[in-house]
Amino acid sequence: MTDSNPRSSAPAEDTAANRQGIKIVGFLCNWCSYGGADTAGVCRFKQPTDLRVVRIPCTGRMDPLFIAKSLIYGVDGVLVSGCHPRDCHYAVGNFYARRRMEAFKAFLPFMGIDTRRFKYTWVSASEGQQWQKVVTEFSEQIHMLGPNPGVELRSGEILKVSSGLK
Amino acid sequence: MRIGVFVCNCGTNIAGTVDTKKVAAEALGFADVVYATNYMYTCSEPGQQEIQRAIAEQGLQGVVVAACSPRMHEPTFRRAVEKAGLNRYMFEMANIREHVSWIGNDREANTSKAIDLVRMAVAKLRFNAPLFSSKMPVNKRLLVIGGGVAGIQAALDCADGGMDVVMVERQQYIGGKMAKLDKTFPTIDCSSCILGPKMVDVAQKENITLYAASEIESISGYIGNFTVEIRKKTTFVNWEACTGCGACMEKCPSKKAADYFNEGLGAARAINIPFPQAIPKKAMIDAAYCRQLNGKKCGVCAKICPVKAIDFEMKDEIVTEKVGAIIVATGYDLFDHAVYGEYGGGRYPDVISGLQYERILSASGPFGGHIRRPSDGKEPKEIVFISCVGSRDASVGRPYCSGICCMYIAKQAILTRDHLPESNSYVFYMDIRSPGKNYDEFVRRAQEEYGVQYIRGRVGKIYRRGERMVVQGADTLLGVQVEVEADLVVLATGVESSLGAGELAEKLRISYDQYGFYMESHPKLRPVETNTAGVYLAGACQGPKDIPSSVAQGSAAASKVQSLFAHDTIETNPQVALVNERNCIACGKCIQVCPFGAIQWKELRGGIKKAEVLASVCQGCGVCNATCPPKAIQLQHATDNQILAEVNELCA
Repeated sequence: MTDSNPRSSAPAEDTAANRQGIKIVGFLCNWCSYGGADTAGVCRFKQPTDLRVVRIPCTGRMDPLFIAKSLIYGVDGVLVSGCHPRDCHYAVGNFYARRRMEAFKAFLPFMGIDTRRFKYTWVSASEGQQWQKVVTEFSEQIHMLGPNPGVELRSGEILKVSSGLK
Repeated sequence: MRIGVFVCNCGTNIAGTVDTKKVAAEALGFADVVYATNYMYTCSEPGQQEIQRAIAEQGLQGVVVAACSPRMHEPTFRRAVEKAGLNRYMFEMANIREHVSWIGNDREANTSKAIDLVRMAVAKLRFNAPLFSSKMPVNKRLLVIGGGVAGIQAALDCADGGMDVVMVERQQYIGGKMAKLDKTFPTIDCSSCILGPKMVDVAQKENITLYAASEIESISGYIGNFTVEIRKKTTFVNWEACTGCGACMEKCPSKKAADYFNEGLGAARAINIPFPQAIPKKAMIDAAYCRQLNGKKCGVCAKICPVKAIDFEMKDEIVTEKVGAIIVATGYDLFDHAVYGEYGGGRYPDVISGLQYERILSASGPFGGHIRRPSDGKEPKEIVFISCVGSRDASVGRPYCSGICCMYIAKQAILTRDHLPESNSYVFYMDIRSPGKNYDEFVRRAQEEYGVQYIRGRVGKIYRRGERMVVQGADTLLGVQVEVEADLVVLATGVESSLGAGELAEKLRISYDQYGFYMESHPKLRPVETNTAGVYLAGACQGPKDIPSSVAQGSAAASKVQSLFAHDTIETNPQVALVNERNCIACGKCIQVCPFGAIQWKELRGGIKKAEVLASVCQGCGVCNATCPPKAIQLQHATDNQILAEVNELCA
């Protein structure tokens, strides 16, 4: 390795996905949708490769900040998926998530972000086929929209999260 | 931090479509990564030793394994790094199998995705901190929901092991569907003779508390410490006093009550003990049919009862039980064949379900074990069985195989020949599915020894001609249309999930599939566990099953409970929320949103209030973390910094 930070200098692979440079982040709850994505994998349901999954315990853990930060800094799409309503492992986490994400969606245009770049859905651990459908459709939608220019900020300050633990 | 990255080839599962060597080489360039390699099977013993060796030789402080889903092997690798002296939470997994190599064939795109996922895992790991679990006492009592054969087996196994068991059964009696069966395949054992002693055992064991005619009202708590509210439904009979003498049944003037036990074939009294061997043998009044409860003058049962057990003023009662583990054995329900218009849509009395025919065959059934037609009570001569009614039929939303029907048809056809040697039986089938010990031989006996005519093909229509039913179908092997004039048609009605399965799953916080069957934790390796710790599955509530499989799963679930109860304490999950008191503004929002009541007020010196998490109650959902305005409460192992670090890697 000659370069100590390959991230900044690594040439993008010449593939269909990377030619367009599309990156989608998926926030999946551990109990349902992460399992659903696993099920899709076990069943070898082919999917586009643009999605990068972040495992969270519950969609109730979803801070709208995570979505905002991703989209402001140029991730091309954000997909949040959890347990079906009334089937939450923590009983009510996805209800909180649904409210927050509905409210948050209304703010996206004010931030200068196309609302079509954000989607939330419910997929259970048994619904591998459904997961394939969700990923395929959302990836197609983001490819249609093309790369996200992001939002120019005067200062990144507002995005700093105070974490007392660190 | 010194981080080591281990990329698994998983044979060719990953290496087939991901350049694992390149992933490892790229990983060496990530911040804090001092060691990276790829390995054939990282989860194997030498693979784990490889990690442990690297930890020792390279002085690693954190480990990333890029392999399969963390839902599969995270515990394995956590144990491995722990053995090498690291804290088990100084470990992260990148899922490059289920989420990468198995879902795409584009090697370059896959490799680039795998590199991204490893980069995200490393970024998160840099914010990980060692976490330590504490110990919590286990309440060594078991709750069994459902008193069918699976639940009975589980309850008896645990009771034999000396544990206290609470059994809740929705019906007035235990025994479930098996209690309704006449004989069982492939041995032609009498069902109630093999189940009866087990039912009696449940009643007699001192450490089993049985709540029949009861349902689960609510469940709270977590593994080792559940609190369950049970609704004891109104029976209008004081069961403490009732001796089950049956005098009330004989004298009850309401003689046309629904006979649920006989699947609607007979008529019961409004006050009823469903069958002679019922456990508990207690009477119950069906409020819909009781004259007294419907404003008419009666009260005969109250007058006749020798122990004065009848109580028309009785109300539902809620009792609370505390348990440490739960076995769910709620069984199945029968598919309702009324949706098949071509089979009469349930209008023909002589087109009956498999379970109804079972009651007809049974000596305790409506006809005392003599085969008669429900319509006119005549002995049938020609009997047609139709398989796959509500199974393997996507048009009625039941694409799955019910698994038991092929066998029970063969059994019923054999029994029919035993009862009525002059009769002829015909079976219309799609395929014969008989995978089990002595199962296929049994079907062959039906065909060869008992002369049951098997016709391969679907039945298109059933209609009435005079007193008989005409069954029109195809014989696809001969390629001809077939018409059979039958006296009785038995539909091999399939298995569907138990009524109310979804509601119970929501109370238990377990998942179920689109048909209402409960989801096991892993289809092969964790077949009786659910994703909710301390909740186990047994029997047909998890999927269609025959008796041997249900019993086996009942025992399997019991052994899981016994291994849990072998310990006095369990380790708590340290991935819980933690409050930074310096940042807490005491708004109380976390207290409001916590689904488990795990956050409370704490008073510091000078009366300053702060939020405080009860680590043993917190389940780690993180709703509080997302709610907290100053982000003072952080879910450990999924802190804002950790999640944002992962996101950051994609915001290049």
